[in-house]
Amino acid sequence: MFKTYTFPEFDYVRSADQDAVQPVLHPVVIVGAGPMGMTAAVDLAQQGVPVVILDDNNTVSVGSRAVCYAKRFLDISDRLGVGQRIVDKGVTWNIGKVFLEEDHIYSFNMLPEEHHRRPGFINLQQYYLEEYYVDRIGTLDNADLRWKNKVVNVEQQDDSVLLSIETPEGAYQLGARYVIACDGANSKVRAMCGLESKGQIFHDRFLIADVIMDPKKFPPERWFWFNPPFHEGQSTLLHRQADNVWRIDFDLGWDADPEEEKKPENIIPRVKAFLGDDVEFELEWASVYTFTCRRMDEFRQGNIFFAGDAAHQVSPFGARGANSGIEDTDNLCWKLKMVLEGNAPASLLDSYSPERTFAADENILNSTRSTDFITPKNHVSRVFRDAVLNLSRNYTFARPLVNSGRLSVPPFLTESPLNTADTEAFNCKVVPGAPCTDGSIVYNGEDDFLLSNLGNQFNGLLFVESHTDLTADILQGLTELAVQDVPVKTFVVASHEMELNLPEGSEMVVDKYGVVKERLDAQRGTFYLTRPDQLVTARMRHFDKDQVVAAQNKALGK
Amino acid sequence: MDQRENSMSTLIIDPNLPSPDDFYQALTDLHRDLSDEQSMDVNARLILLLSNHIGDQAVLEQAMAIAREHIPAAE
Repeated sequence: MFKTYTFPEFDYVRSADQDAVQPVLHPVVIVGAGPMGMTAAVDLAQQGVPVVILDDNNTVSVGSRAVCYAKRFLDISDRLGVGQRIVDKGVTWNIGKVFLEEDHIYSFNMLPEEHHRRPGFINLQQYYLEEYYVDRIGTLDNADLRWKNKVVNVEQQDDSVLLSIETPEGAYQLGARYVIACDGANSKVRAMCGLESKGQIFHDRFLIADVIMDPKKFPPERWFWFNPPFHEGQSTLLHRQADNVWRIDFDLGWDADPEEEKKPENIIPRVKAFLGDDVEFELEWASVYTFTCRRMDEFRQGNIFFAGDAAHQVSPFGARGANSGIEDTDNLCWKLKMVLEGNAPASLLDSYSPERTFAADENILNSTRSTDFITPKNHVSRVFRDAVLNLSRNYTFARPLVNSGRLSVPPFLTESPLNTADTEAFNCKVVPGAPCTDGSIVYNGEDDFLLSNLGNQFNGLLFVESHTDLTADILQGLTELAVQDVPVKTFVVASHEMELNLPEGSEMVVDKYGVVKERLDAQRGTFYLTRPDQLVTARMRHFDKDQVVAAQNKALGK
Repeated sequence: MDQRENSMSTLIIDPNLPSPDDFYQALTDLHRDLSDEQSMDVNARLILLLSNHIGDQAVLEQAMAIAREHIPAAE
């Protein structure tokens, strides 16, 4: 039993679908009510697509598992109406510190800029995250979360999928136009499809111990030790979570016996050696794990899409598991909605796998490199690694080579077939295929953030410095964009408060600090087009309605 | 400013690699599946090649000094 958390038990509820003579056809069925299944469910349901979520269990994730949620995860969770709760309960951090033996050798900052709604990271036990998403689903009439519904077979049909499901009251079948498999690293749907996730297994074991202790002992930062005096020859990672629970992660090497190491009588001395005899703590949860970096060749088979760990897995260094999983569902859900509602050709769905395998490769590469640095695979790698670490004490040149985990930032989908390539020069980090930047703005006279207003639809950002920048032609163009079948809602980004006569479907935001303009390298007249998942898909120095329509059509797979 | 322009005869000890992780992976991949003896040989050749490329005795001697400053001189 956990001292800091009581696991909810959700009721199995019989569905009318179980009494239907023919399998009832649903637009989207999601398999797995973990973080990814639930983000997908909220995303679709709040955009008006009814969803059924099937889960073989009836509670949230036992044990802590995912801990670190990156800024992009929080930005997406904001769009899904859960972000504030996660941030309120979680522990905010931006600073990572790296130690070698007894010495602090350097620090890094995950979010050195101001004017973002969300910090670089928050830490929160996965069960809280899941609980908040379960609650959010409960507020949506068109999201039907069915506990104790175990999918035992999937069968691709012409234009749908037939699922066979077991429940405490017997079996039934459901049809789905589309299925999203979010059933984790050991995805049964993947196996039922005869598919595999392939990659590299690391020969190493790690002990994770969640302990409860006095929060005054360590600040809310990520601390990583190479070869610490309390755990010689190995590495240790410390993270603070909610409820004064701390995650300690010890590298044990491949020869460690997982069953022995899991025993409290073996864990407690390790933790004591680390914390010192004078620090009181209680053990909350512990586990020994190994890991793999792998992915499926394609994240789609017919009408079944794979997301999260079912599609790809990484080592934990870098916090790229849940953080990349939510980017999968963020990417997929708006596309499903467009296709289901007849506003985009089915070929739009073809872009999901190439966009997300590209991202998975970047995550796997970073995660593999971190793992190779933390646990060198041969003698010469260790020699180089130790030389880098020792030089980094006094020589800054070596510090960028130290790799204690390259923490999750969203991969920029620069190769996406949905992007419109720049035809004019821009000089900023944001590029087509990257999430739009955040920034402080004023909206309706209130301080606000840009990303809080983007998404769930195509958005335009048009930068103006005077009301005369909005010519009759431009206003006509904005009006036409706003009334299309797939509207583009434009925010006119004004450099200061001004009176603007905007057409319906356009609104003004004031770039009070100039940060949006700066981060997007915008000038008077610059226009950005963003997708419903907030990714920049095209930009131009001067608004041209026909170019915007062409870029939007490209982003819709037309 | 490019550090090279004003660093004649001075070893660069600030970060100067455009993509440190790519470099580090290439370096360790170079040694994959080599014996220690083979790695020593490869490292020696690598140092000789880079030294020739640098072509500045003063810079090379500064690097050599830092490379072994943590090891006390033999009696």
